[in-house]
Amino acid sequence: MAIILDHVSYVYEKGTAMEMAALKDINLVIPDGQFIGLIGHTGSGKSTLVQHLNGLMNPTSGHIYYNGEDIGEDGFNKKKLRNDVGLVFQYPEHQLFEIDVFSDVCFGPKNMGLSEKEVQLRAYEALKRVGLEDDYFYQSPFDLSGGQKRRVAIAGVLAMKPEVLILDEPTAGLDPKGRDEILDQIATLRKETGITVILVSHSMEDVAKYVDRIIVMNQGSIMYDDEPRKVFRHYRELEEVGLAAPQVTYIMQAFREKGYLVNTDVITIEEAKNEILRVLK
Amino acid sequence: MGIIEAKKLVFEYIRRDEEGNVEGFTRAVDEVDLDVKQGDFMAILGHNGSGKSTLAKHMNAILYPTEGTIWVEGKDTTNEEYLWDIRQNAGMVFQNPDNQIIGQVVEEDVGFGPENMGVPTKEIWERVEESLKAVGMYKYRKHSPNKLSGGQKQRVSIAGVIAMHPKCIILDEPTAMLDPNGRKEVIRAVRALNQAEGITVILITHYMEEIIHADRAIVMDKGHIAMQGTPKEIFSQVEKLKELRLDVPQVTLLAYELKKSGINLPDGILTCEELMKELKL
Repeated sequence: MAIILDHVSYVYEKGTAMEMAALKDINLVIPDGQFIGLIGHTGSGKSTLVQHLNGLMNPTSGHIYYNGEDIGEDGFNKKKLRNDVGLVFQYPEHQLFEIDVFSDVCFGPKNMGLSEKEVQLRAYEALKRVGLEDDYFYQSPFDLSGGQKRRVAIAGVLAMKPEVLILDEPTAGLDPKGRDEILDQIATLRKETGITVILVSHSMEDVAKYVDRIIVMNQGSIMYDDEPRKVFRHYRELEEVGLAAPQVTYIMQAFREKGYLVNTDVITIEEAKNEILRVLK
Repeated sequence: MGIIEAKKLVFEYIRRDEEGNVEGFTRAVDEVDLDVKQGDFMAILGHNGSGKSTLAKHMNAILYPTEGTIWVEGKDTTNEEYLWDIRQNAGMVFQNPDNQIIGQVVEEDVGFGPENMGVPTKEIWERVEESLKAVGMYKYRKHSPNKLSGGQKQRVSIAGVIAMHPKCIILDEPTAMLDPNGRKEVIRAVRALNQAEGITVILITHYMEEIIHADRAIVMDKGHIAMQGTPKEIFSQVEKLKELRLDVPQVTLLAYELKKSGINLPDGILTCEELMKELKL
């Protein structure tokens, strides 16, 4: 059970003067239960790629398989695919519209044709998952803070019980605590339910801390696809394509330059601390 | 008198229910005193909903104080006579570059501000040229803004503001939507404006490492100033910042952790070079 992309390409405005290849021959296997970070500079093809995963966009050439079925085949149930592969867009709070928080989260499961009881159970569970207190349930979503609104929007997708959850920059514009809280909740959710999570992010520090696999996009192609510490070894190449490594990786390089044999594969503060303490003792 | 000065600045807004009845008042800015000198680089930090943006919007008369007074270049912002002067002298850059660019060609977009001010055509072109050069975007002057990266678009927005020859530029989370490289480009351009052109900079951000070169920073919480000082002074207080839902740069946190483990280090280390120097490596 997985998502497989087989030679997927996508060209915008094909056959016109504006023709531009956004995805070039992408081959990917996304097995169940992975926590994947998708990084790349603006315009590298990340958003185009994730919109292919739930059939919002169709490849110009190539095939996408979800649990063994070609999603481009006639008769493939795209409605079900969009329930199974939940996509949380950037600034999802702009899509809130209901009169209260609880109704807003009910909207998705209600459209799946579930019983009212099931809809409410799911909405309740989803709101608990994102850490929203009961006090807020019957408030207008527009009276909440930025971070709370974002949680409600994520809960709206979670209530559909997706097997794959894709989040496009879920922490943009949030304060540092808000960033950590949302990512911690997503990590817990994944651990408890075993769903696949794909996190599109511009924060190398966040990606380093949470994911088990990083896919780096550059100009519509996959540049690296590996575990985080292996990807961040290429920090110079990453800089050339508008990215970077976490700040601690650079600190480790500085120690190396001074002749200290630290392990430069370090990507979190905790690891960096232990390495420095080791070489200084 | 500084370029921006505020005395007991209060901003309240009225909360209303569905039928438009008054529910109560929220104090978004609560008795803030400010004194920003010409040429200062001041950062404003604070969690979502702390009042940062509301405060910033008083600096170019988008919002007016409920109580207290704010002066821009000695002019009370509530005096309508000064409105144009104030808007011209204190330019604002927002989070989303796509909401701020209106021209079809980069140089036309940058010329829009001075054109509206009635600047003679020849001088408009001079200003466009110098502004685009100041942010390193001159070679893109004939490009369509749609084809630029996020960081480039944001630098065009900044050029559009400086073409009006402001004394002060206020940036409200200008890097929130950008990739690592775009963030660096924008911060570099902002610092150059401050140092080479002497333009006063007010920078609001959730990325702690972006403000290490500021002259000083204020931290907002519940509408008032909770902390103020140099970045070094602010970032020396790791625990307090965490209580205020903020963070410190990774290198600062690493140094803090090393200190807790018994390494002799001062508080508030802001760069990798500083860390290496303090460790005497």
